[in-house]
Amino acid sequence: MGLLSDPNRRRALISLLTRLNSPICVVCYMAGVAWFMGLAFEPFTLRTYMSENAMGSTMVEERFPAGERALTTGREFSAHKKKAGGMPVDWLVKTMQARGLEVFTQRFSRKLPFPDENKERYMVKGTNVYGILRAPRAPRTEALVLSAPCTPGDSNNQAVGLLLGLAQYFRNQIYWAKDIIFLVNEHDLIGMQAWLEGYHHTNTTGMDWSPLQGRGGSIQAALSLELSSDVITSMDLVLEGLNGQLPNLDLANLFYAFCQKIGVLCTIQGKLQRNDWDSVSGYSHSVQTMMLMVMKQASGRPWGDHGLFLRYHIEAASIKGINSFRQYKTDVTTIGRSESPTPVLLLLPHAVTLSLCLHWVLHASLRPPRRVLSVLTPLVISHLTGVALYTLPIQFQEMAVEQFPVSETEAVVLTAIGVYTAGLALPHNTHRLLSGEGTEQGWRVLKLVAVLYLAVLLGCTALINFSLGFILALTLVPVAAFVTPHVPKVLSAFILVILSPACTLLFSVFFFQELQELPVSFQEGWLLYLSVISQGILDHFLYGSLVYPLIALLVYPCWLLFWNILFWK
Amino acid sequence: MAAPLTLLVILSVTIRAVLYRSSLAEVISERVEVVSPLTAWKRVVEGLALLDLGVSPYSGDVFHETPLIIYLFHFVVDYAEITFMLADVITAVALYMAVMDYNKQVFRKQKYALEADRYPLDCLELIRSPKEMYYIPLKVAMFYLLNPFTILSCVAKSTCGLNNAVIALFILTTIKGNVLLSAIFLSLATYQSIYPLTLCAPALLYLMQRQFIPVNFRRVSFWWFIAQYAFMYLGSLFVIVGLSFFLLGSWDYVPSVYGFILSVPDLTPNIGLFWYFFAEMFEHFRLFFLCVFQINVFFYTIPLSIKLKEHPVFLIFMQLAVISIFKSYPTVGDIALYMAFLPVWSHLHRFLRNIFLVSCVLLACSALFPVLWHLWIYAGSANSNFYYAITLLFNVAQILLVSDYFYAFLRREHHLSYGLYLKRKDGSEATLVLK
Repeated sequence: MGLLSDPNRRRALISLLTRLNSPICVVCYMAGVAWFMGLAFEPFTLRTYMSENAMGSTMVEERFPAGERALTTGREFSAHKKKAGGMPVDWLVKTMQARGLEVFTQRFSRKLPFPDENKERYMVKGTNVYGILRAPRAPRTEALVLSAPCTPGDSNNQAVGLLLGLAQYFRNQIYWAKDIIFLVNEHDLIGMQAWLEGYHHTNTTGMDWSPLQGRGGSIQAALSLELSSDVITSMDLVLEGLNGQLPNLDLANLFYAFCQKIGVLCTIQGKLQRNDWDSVSGYSHSVQTMMLMVMKQASGRPWGDHGLFLRYHIEAASIKGINSFRQYKTDVTTIGRSESPTPVLLLLPHAVTLSLCLHWVLHASLRPPRRVLSVLTPLVISHLTGVALYTLPIQFQEMAVEQFPVSETEAVVLTAIGVYTAGLALPHNTHRLLSGEGTEQGWRVLKLVAVLYLAVLLGCTALINFSLGFILALTLVPVAAFVTPHVPKVLSAFILVILSPACTLLFSVFFFQELQELPVSFQEGWLLYLSVISQGILDHFLYGSLVYPLIALLVYPCWLLFWNILFWK
Repeated sequence: MAAPLTLLVILSVTIRAVLYRSSLAEVISERVEVVSPLTAWKRVVEGLALLDLGVSPYSGDVFHETPLIIYLFHFVVDYAEITFMLADVITAVALYMAVMDYNKQVFRKQKYALEADRYPLDCLELIRSPKEMYYIPLKVAMFYLLNPFTILSCVAKSTCGLNNAVIALFILTTIKGNVLLSAIFLSLATYQSIYPLTLCAPALLYLMQRQFIPVNFRRVSFWWFIAQYAFMYLGSLFVIVGLSFFLLGSWDYVPSVYGFILSVPDLTPNIGLFWYFFAEMFEHFRLFFLCVFQINVFFYTIPLSIKLKEHPVFLIFMQLAVISIFKSYPTVGDIALYMAFLPVWSHLHRFLRNIFLVSCVLLACSALFPVLWHLWIYAGSANSNFYYAITLLFNVAQILLVSDYFYAFLRREHHLSYGLYLKRKDGSEATLVLK
C-alpha cells in the first residue's frame, strides 16, 4: 500500500501527472482510436476459424435435391398472397400439413404509439403460421427454428418456397434429434416478437397475442431466410440483433465454412473478405466493413428477423440472398444445401476517461465539496430535461397535430428535436433564476461530477453495446476534456453542438450511406435522419430497444452538464 | 432541532411510499445485492405460508429467519411496508439521539482537557467547536434515511432494516449508559445474526469508561463489571432462545438460522466474498476455509479493542464496518448502517487521503453491479468472474475507506498529544505513516 499511504511518493506521482496532464489525455485518446482502427488490420485479428467445441463442418453431409419444386411452391405462395391480400393462412396451413408437420397459428395485434411512415402501418393485426417437425426420439425437449418473413408485395416468396421445400426434405430423414419449427411470420419483427413472447410466456412490450397451442421445447438456435430471386450471386450473413447483441461467433464461422465448402460466395455487410490486407485499398475495405458493422450495432435495432431471438439467449442469424451483377450465380438447390447443417474481439480503450479522472483527482480540492446545492441544481435540471425529451414527444403528439399541419410521426420527431434544442437555452435562464453568476469553485466541482458521470456511463454502455459506447466516447470525450468557462464561447459552443448526440447521429446517417455506396443529397439525408429518429423511438416501444432511453435519459443530460459549464459565467 | 428531523422523516417516508407504489418495487426485491437468502421478503412470506399450513417453517431449507421475526410478521404481514418504514425511522432517530449524547460527552471531555492544559499549543485548530458539531446528529439521520442503499433495502422489504433498528437501539442505550437495556438489545441483535457478538467489546469498554471503572486486568471491579454484563447478556439471550423454542415447539430453528449463517451452504452470488470462493472449493478443504473466513470476522475485535480502548464509539464504527464487509451474506443495507456514522468523524477530513478514490470506486461499482449481472445471466457474454471482480473491488474500496478513517482518527489523536507540526530529532519535518 505504499502508493496509497506514503505521502512523498504520492506527491511525486501527483506532480508528474499534473505537469503531463494534457499530453497524457491526447496520447490516450489517440491510442484508443488507433487501437480501434487496428481491429480491422489483418495481422491483429483472427480470420474466421472454428473453435474446438463447435460442430465440425466436415462431419456434415449436405444434400438437397428439390430446388425446382421449392421455386414452384414459392410461385404458388406468391399467387395466394396476392389473392388473400396479406398472409395466405389457409393455404400455408394446408401445405404444411401436406408435408407432415403439426401446424398451428397465432393471432396478434398491436397499436403503435404513432404511425410508422417507413412501413406505413399504425394498427397492426396479423397471423403467424408455424409447423413443427417432431424428432423421432425425444421430441418436445429441444428445438431449432427456421423462419421466413411474409412481406407484402413481391419479395421473399422464394424464401417461403425454400422453407416448405426443406420441410418436405427433412420429413424424409430419420435421424433428427431436435424438433424443427418452420415459422412464417407476418409483419416481420412485430410478428416475430409476438411469437417469441408467446413461446416464452413473457409480455414485456404490451402486445396482444393469442397463446401458442403447440411448442417444441427450448429453442437452441434459429435461422431466418430472406430470398427474393430465383438465382443468387452471394449470401449475406446478418448478425446484428437487438441492442447490439450478436450471436455466438461459432454460428457465423460454421456458416462461412459451409459456404466455402459448397462453393457459394458468403459476404458480411455485403462485402467479400479480401486477401490483400497489406495494401491500402485492402485495409480501407476492411475498415469499411468494420465501420458498417459498428454503425449497425450501435443503432441497437435488429437488422434481420433473427435479432429478437438473441434476447432469449438463442443463437440466431439471418441469411439474405443477394442477386447482383456477378457472373457466377447459384441456384436454390445449392442454397438449400447450405442451410442444412461471425466478429471481432472487442477491446475497451478507456484510458481516455481514466486520464480525465486522474486530471480531476489532482485539481479537485481534497476537502469535500461544500457547495453541494450549486452542483445539484444543474444536475436536477439536466435530468428533468432528459425526462422531458423521453416523455413529451409521445404525450403531446395529438396536441401538436391539432396545432400544426404535420402528420403524427413528424409531430413526434419534431417535438423531440424541439425539446433537444430548447435544452440548449437552459443555462442562461437557470442562472438568472439562481443567485446571479456561479462561482469559480462551483464549475470545477460540476465538471468533476460531470466527468465522473460520463466515465461511468460510457463504461456501462460499452460493456453492453460496445459500438454504441465507442461512438459516444469518440465524440463526447473531447468535449469533456476541453470545456471550461474560459475557452472562447462562440467557437466552443459551435464545437459542442457539432459533437452532441443529435449531430453525431446526423453525421452517422450520411457516413452510413457513404459506406453502403449509396450516397444521398442533403435533402434526402435530412429526411432519412428524421425517419431514423422515429424508428429509434418505435423500436423502443415495440421491441424494448435501449438506445432511445439511454440517449434521452442519460447521455443528453450529461452533455447538457458540459453545456452548462461552458456558460457558467 | 426537532423540526428539521421531522421534515427529514416525512421526506424519506414519502420517497419510500412512492417507490413502493411504482413498478420498481418488484425489480428491486429480486436484486441479489439488496436481498440475501437470510433477509429476502419472499422467504418470509414462504415461511408464513408454511406456518399457516401447520408445517414447520424451516422444512425445505427456504426460510432462515428467527422465530421472533416470523411471529412479528404473523401479526403485521398486512402492514409490512409500514413496519419497514417504521424500522428505518426508528434507526434514524436512535442514531440521532445517540450521536447527540456522544457529541455532548466529547465536547465535555475536550473542555476538561483544555482546562487541564493537556493539548500542545500548535494544535488548537484541531479543537472542535459547538458550532461545527451542532448539525452532526441531523446529518447522521440524513445519511441513513436518504442513502440510496437504505432506500433500496427498505423498498425490497429486506429484514436487514429490522436488524439495523435493533443495532441502532443497542448503540443508543449503550451511549446513554443503561447497562441492562444495552445487554438486552445486544442479545437481541446477536440472536438475529451472530456477528453483533463482537460489539460486546466496545459496549463493555464504553460502559466501564462511563462508570469510571479502570480497564485493568488486575482490578476486581473490572472483572465484576464484566461478570454483571455477561450475566445480563447471557440471561436475556437464554430467555429469547427459550421463548423461540416455546413459540414453535422445536429446536429446528437453530441449524436453520445459525447453522446456515456459519456453514454457508447457499452460494447465491451477493456482494460478499464467500460465494465465489466456496463455489470453487474442493469439498476436502471446505471446513478449513469456512473456519478461516468466519474467524476473520471475529478476529479483528482483539487488536482493535486494544488500540482503541480509549475511544469505544469509534471502535463500534470499525466493528460495524468489519461485520458488514466480512459477514457471510452481506447486503447494501448493512453498508448503509456504518456509512451513517461518517458525519460523526467529519472533523477528520483534513487527514483523510483516499476519500475521493474510494467514493469514485464505490460509485462505479454500484453502477457496474447490475450491468455485469445482466451480462452474465441474461446476455451470456460474461461469467461469474466478472461479477466477482466487481464484488472484490467494492469490498477493497470499503476496506480502504475504513482504514483511511482509522488512520485519520489515530493521526489526530497523535497530533493532540504531540503537536501538529512534528519534528524529527534533528529538527527536520516528519510525516506520519501507517504501517
